Amino acid sequence: MRDDGPVRVRQVGASALLVEVDDPRAWFAELWRRREAGEAVASEIVPGARTVLLDGVPDPAALAARLPGWAPRAGAAADSGGLVEVPVTYGGPDLADVADLWGTCERGVIERLTRTEFRVAFCGFAPGFAYLAGLPPELAVPRLPAPRPAVPAGSVGLAGGYAGIYPTASPGGWRLVGRTTVRLFDVDRDPPALLPPGTRVRLVEAPS
Amino acid sequence: MTGAIEVLRAGPLTTVQDLGRPGFAHLGVPRAGALDGPALRAANRLVANPDDAAGLEVTVGGCRLRLRDARTVAVTGAPASVTVDGQPVGYGVPVRVPAGSVLTLGPARQGVRTYLAISGGIAVPAVLGSRSTDTLSGLGPPPLRDGDVLPLGQPHPVPSTVDRVEWRAPGPEIRLRIRLGPRDDWFTDEAIRTLCGTPYTLSPMSNRVGARLTGAALGRRRAGELEPEGLVLGAVQVPADGQPLVFLADHPTTGGYPVVAVVDAADLPALAQARPGATVTFHGPQR
Repeated sequence: MRDDGPVRVRQVGASALLVEVDDPRAWFAELWRRREAGEAVASEIVPGARTVLLDGVPDPAALAARLPGWAPRAGAAADSGGLVEVPVTYGGPDLADVADLWGTCERGVIERLTRTEFRVAFCGFAPGFAYLAGLPPELAVPRLPAPRPAVPAGSVGLAGGYAGIYPTASPGGWRLVGRTTVRLFDVDRDPPALLPPGTRVRLVEAPS
Repeated sequence: MTGAIEVLRAGPLTTVQDLGRPGFAHLGVPRAGALDGPALRAANRLVANPDDAAGLEVTVGGCRLRLRDARTVAVTGAPASVTVDGQPVGYGVPVRVPAGSVLTLGPARQGVRTYLAISGGIAVPAVLGSRSTDTLSGLGPPPLRDGDVLPLGQPHPVPSTVDRVEWRAPGPEIRLRIRLGPRDDWFTDEAIRTLCGTPYTLSPMSNRVGARLTGAALGRRRAGELEPEGLVLGAVQVPADGQPLVFLADHPTTGGYPVVAVVDAADLPALAQARPGATVTFHGPQR
């Protein structure tokens, strides 16, 4: 384990490292770039909310020693990442509850969401499920007390400080505020996820 | 023309598996792949397939198939009776099966997961580079159903140089070597001693996602929730109830419960072959 200023590296088993950093999105982009350049070997680079996991690393100790020198420049991630506009038909079953939690009306929720530029912080839960960061902490909403047994594909939900879109039908506890018809995950597309980490996302109102 | 198998009886859970689907965890795609990788590799070598050819992972209950053309097959992993048109044939050896014959795998006598390799491999379309069924996300072919027809690839022209593999039965106790971390500091010292000093029991709720264990609960030093972070194969995650869960091939790519330790990958096949009720012990720590 190392503790070098803003970068803390934790060993994970025999062949992985968990890098705790202030800006996982910038670190993810930087580590991806260095792997492409042949400077690092890892089978997986997985961003989290506060971390980046490097898995399938042949020599974790050697890589851990080099990581503190690889800090991305401040704001490096701010000007990168493509922009994807996702057309959303607002009006999910929890829109009124979210409006109450936010102390506004349903229209107020929609306006807030449509004018927010989100960023994919990380993926998880299901292939193509992107955790969209960008709402201020005071607008974080709790998950439903009990998850719904079936949430339709394309449902747009809120939980914690994140927004997310269900790529496929599944159980789920996010508060649903709308639907989209865009395909979030397609194995025949490269990359298969519409919203990989780092992507800028706008949840625009679909034309009615 | 390439061949095919017809599924006459799929059994309780039979899936197509190869060595998995690495490289897409950042998009939320699990690794999948055979839970007992060494057994699948051995079966493939017996029939002269490359190591990454797809075979069948047959869970406990056996299955019955008809081969449309003549192939060499091999059965490894959890030992089971193997018959061709009702006649007993060998386990752990290459077996020539004539065109149109019926191959039957009986229930596993020990262990949980029996592997069947067929020369040429199962040739369902690869999804993101793998033919594996991922039971968590649904990627890859669905679990086999009665009446399915699965295409086969071209057999390798050179016969195998491997002629026999043995089953190494797990002992009465599954010993898992661990390395503590990355979140061992979320747990009390007593919890770490408990993890390494008391036996756990493998729960029948275990599946391809994870081996669930029951035993002494592991107490936390820190309350609150961990922000989601990446997970590795063999991660020992401790949910709110304090009962550890060891992640296997279909594990989610990120999770929000702390991982107290990671099991040595070499010890996971034995865990995947252990039956519910088996005793599981953790050994470590090493840093």
